[in-house]
Amino acid sequence: MNIGEIIQRLWLDSGFVQIFSHWENAVMIVIACILLYLAIVRGFEPLLLMGIAFGMLLANLPLSGMMHMEFFSGKSMAEINFSQILREGGLLDILYLGVKLNIYPCLIFMGIGAMTDFGPMLSRPSSILLGAAAQLGVYCAFILAIVFGFGGHEAASIGIIGGADGPTAIFLTSKLAPHLLGPIAVAAYSYMALIPLIQPPIMKALTTKKEREIVMTQTKPVPKTTKIVFPIAVTIFCILLLPDVAPLIGSFMLGNLFRESGVVERLSDTTQNALLNIVTIFLSITVGATSVGYIAKEIAVDGTVIDATNVGFLSFNTILIIFLGLFAFSFSTVGGVLFGKIMCWATKGKVNPLIGSAGVSAVPMAARVSQNVGAKYNPSNYLLMHAMGPNVAGVIGSAVAAGFLLSVGKVLGWV
Amino acid sequence: MQISDSLLLSLVGVSVVFIALVALIAVIKVITALFTRKESAPAVPVTAPVPAVPVIEMVPAVGSSGELDLYEVDDYTAALIMAIVADNLKVPLNTLRFKSIRLIEEDN
Repeated sequence: MNIGEIIQRLWLDSGFVQIFSHWENAVMIVIACILLYLAIVRGFEPLLLMGIAFGMLLANLPLSGMMHMEFFSGKSMAEINFSQILREGGLLDILYLGVKLNIYPCLIFMGIGAMTDFGPMLSRPSSILLGAAAQLGVYCAFILAIVFGFGGHEAASIGIIGGADGPTAIFLTSKLAPHLLGPIAVAAYSYMALIPLIQPPIMKALTTKKEREIVMTQTKPVPKTTKIVFPIAVTIFCILLLPDVAPLIGSFMLGNLFRESGVVERLSDTTQNALLNIVTIFLSITVGATSVGYIAKEIAVDGTVIDATNVGFLSFNTILIIFLGLFAFSFSTVGGVLFGKIMCWATKGKVNPLIGSAGVSAVPMAARVSQNVGAKYNPSNYLLMHAMGPNVAGVIGSAVAAGFLLSVGKVLGWV
Repeated sequence: MQISDSLLLSLVGVSVVFIALVALIAVIKVITALFTRKESAPAVPVTAPVPAVPVIEMVPAVGSSGELDLYEVDDYTAALIMAIVADNLKVPLNTLRFKSIRLIEEDN
């Protein structure tokens, strides 16, 4: 037995040697550590960002064998070899199937539905329009992505980042442009975490001090029956209008019905706590794991590299998507605030335009930002409940926008 | 896809979102009208009618008034507490007057 040879072999088989073969993976490990710092020390949406960052870390550590993006990268659902994944896949490969098959986005939507109180929206139905206006960024980014040379299906997936709704972005992208799922999901969730930094400067730039100080009056309480009938009516209406959005809207409204019906307290509790937490762990860690720095373009079934061109996360397209995502988020905020100003003018100053920014979905963080910015200019002003109306309307608005893009995709042959 | 096509598609997309959500407003109005009327419909009296008691209508104050002292409670928590109290009492928040909110004991 040659101890020296064994030690040399151990060294050569270790990740320390492998990590230098593809510098892209090393860069991704550094990025993962920065995101972990933001989540733990700066408190940027730690519930999501910690899982994303750790998934990114695991997937980029060489030889860990937890994630094999080559099983999924650039392949349509018909081309994915599911039996190979089950035989040879790592833990994250198996968990990632929940993303590819659109299971997690729908379960997350069910959890969000069970946590959502539609009361503020039902008591002030006009606030729904802010949720529609805040989808402006989706379409602005769609046009800009086309200008930058992306295909229609890719541009639609990039645009939906502006809906500020992670599950919807994953749902649409996995159907239209699965090869862009990694960068789009990371961009969508990262920007959601950065909402408290992105939105306030735009809100301040577009409103006057007088507008920001507007105190909104309390609305009437909503009858219980209305809250129970609402999810059923929305399910029927929205799915009849856009059948493609059925998994998202159906899950969302079922969760809400659990909550409002009052007869399935246990299910409601499980959906909004245990189920949502479990799916959040799976979703965040697998979304992060899609961000592998280096992925060879073509690999044979036996693992031989046929085309070594990098189609991994660190590419020019990713940088463009990150930029377009920020553009989409910002323009959605602009759309919401500008429509808020129109409503302020139309109601003769009864609506504070700051609640418009909450129309970008991202429940409840966007509403909290409206509250914080409003309270900064008038400490006795509590906009939180008023902002929750456009906030939950934004969830429906982004799902409708996704349903529209998916329907268009079917007509134009993107799917 | 041409840029002109994407512009047209975006225009249609924005319109679809607005139309869908405006229709949703109509659905909410119908549901609210239907069930508010039903729930506020007077019940059939089963006992002899009692003499009418003058009802004092509560007029909501415009906006907020007075100062609120917060002791070891942040603004966000205070807003939540006030909203919960108003919800439990089933009265508009601006008909209530909060003088101070104090943290009595913190969980460990």
